[in-house]
Amino acid sequence: MFQVRIHGRGGQGVVTAAELLAVAAFDQGRHAQAFPSFGSERTGAPVVSYCRIDDHEIRTREPIDAPDAVIVQDVTLVHHVDLFGGLSPSGYVLVNTSLPLDELGLDGRVEALPDGHVAGCPATELALAHVGRAVPNVPLLGAFCALTGEVPLEALARALRHRFTPEVAERNVAAAGAAFDLVTDLEEAHRAPTA
Amino acid sequence: MLQQLEGSRAIAETVARCRPEVVCAYPISPQTHIIEAIGAMVKDGRLAPCEFINVESEYAAMSVSIGASAAGARSYTATASQGLLFMIEAVYNAAGLGLPVVMTLANRAIGAPINIWNDHSDAMAVRDAGWIQLFAETNQEAADLHVQAFRLAEALSVPVMVCMDGFILTHAVEAVDLVDQAVVDSFLPPYEPRQVLDPDDPVSIGAMVGPEAFEEVRYLAHLRQLDALELIPSVAEEFAALTGRASGGLVHPYRLEDADTVIVAMGSVLGTIKDAVDARREAGERVGVLGVAAFRPFPVAAVADALRRARRVIVVEKAFSLGMGGVLATDVATASPASGPDLATVVAGLGGRPITRRDVEGIIERSARGTLPRLSFLNLDEDVVARERARMAASRRSGPFAENVLRDVAAGGAHR
Repeated sequence: MFQVRIHGRGGQGVVTAAELLAVAAFDQGRHAQAFPSFGSERTGAPVVSYCRIDDHEIRTREPIDAPDAVIVQDVTLVHHVDLFGGLSPSGYVLVNTSLPLDELGLDGRVEALPDGHVAGCPATELALAHVGRAVPNVPLLGAFCALTGEVPLEALARALRHRFTPEVAERNVAAAGAAFDLVTDLEEAHRAPTA
Repeated sequence: MLQQLEGSRAIAETVARCRPEVVCAYPISPQTHIIEAIGAMVKDGRLAPCEFINVESEYAAMSVSIGASAAGARSYTATASQGLLFMIEAVYNAAGLGLPVVMTLANRAIGAPINIWNDHSDAMAVRDAGWIQLFAETNQEAADLHVQAFRLAEALSVPVMVCMDGFILTHAVEAVDLVDQAVVDSFLPPYEPRQVLDPDDPVSIGAMVGPEAFEEVRYLAHLRQLDALELIPSVAEEFAALTGRASGGLVHPYRLEDADTVIVAMGSVLGTIKDAVDARREAGERVGVLGVAAFRPFPVAAVADALRRARRVIVVEKAFSLGMGGVLATDVATASPASGPDLATVVAGLGGRPITRRDVEGIIERSARGTLPRLSFLNLDEDVVARERARMAASRRSGPFAENVLRDVAAGGAHR
């Protein structure tokens, strides 16, 4: 089972992100379960959503305490929420930022992850450029596809086309693709020195 | 065809395929998405002929559902928590009058203190109202149960409540195979009311009944509940023959064959419990699960039969009767033979507190060691409780206890 926890704020599409990821995994013939952790919903408040992906039926209903991947949609949460609680030592971290990761003050649990398991992605900027709205969820999902290989970009694109009207879907597909390419390049640049 | 859908969407699509003629509901979390989706389908004509009636309260929603049903319309509504309590007089009336309204209950805790998250307090508050109460384990089962609910309700002239865990199911996106329209149509014939308000053939419904006949009328309603004990399994079997799915029925046994310890529970927590039981089975322990799918009528004989070999029974339930203990557990105890198993109640998941596989395995371990009390509260923070008891003892004006506990928890002794 692969478990993803997504942290962000109300209005950033945190819940939609988990749903899209589940639909993309389902598209690949896998079992998937997405669910939110709702508080009293309001714009700007911290929000968490979850997505489980497995090759077998998923029966558990507990929240994800030990994620294999954490997606951080809003980096201002770093000092307010235990973003990386329970993260697998071989897990992945993806952060919405245009800054170098070492300037963000992420903690030792992130630094200890394997090489190539941590990435930053300027998802808000990509969303503004391609979609015209500062909603970073879809570019981060594109980046997630590149970082983890858990879901192919094509499956995400189909999930987007299933969810949105054609014009909005294509803009989102473009944003996801741009983020996918960025992280793929990062990963390759990361591997290059040792090659 | 399997689709990856939000639970609320699966319910709305399935209810629409049941062709309700009147839908009247008032929005309340976590039921809202169901009603929004049905409202949209009525508005864009996908669900027709159907009237969606906007009202000012849950009391009005159930009252309109009663009126519509009495006028011969297939009627549907949905609510949760305080909304159910607000309509409770009409909830009793729907059952007392024998009107086959179907209602989704998106299970949520009851205040005060106000809490929007899941537990089963709302369903338990109306367990004696005369409705059939069915509990869903998954969104697949919740969707399927709605088709069966209309069939049961109309066959028996008894209202049916489909209980599904708020947020945990209503807001979960998972694979659901919606029942095809043709299958629903073959399974669910057009509504043929036993009583109907018809100007051409006038009757009165809802007369005053005094001591000379009240007991007989009540007893007849009880007999219809007992009839439901026969009909629920046969409707589930017929549904299974059409769809291949074992949704509904009275109870869901899991790995009970040689189980000496059996956990009894209702709703979505059964999935987590099954994972825990599989883990303990791998460790060589003889543990099983009994899911109670029909809570009212309570399947006394089916529960007794399922528990006949058990030496230890653990009821895990998301509600309790203050000053007494478990609600489901009391019914399970009634169904157990006098020389029966040791019975322990674990109250868990109140107000949305998570129940994890590790929690359930811990319960099983304590039961095996003989250290599980007859009544316990999962992950209760005894220190927080003790500190508030001390504040109350120390000062007459100790203040509101919910707020005191919140401040205490925020200050450090926090449950996550």
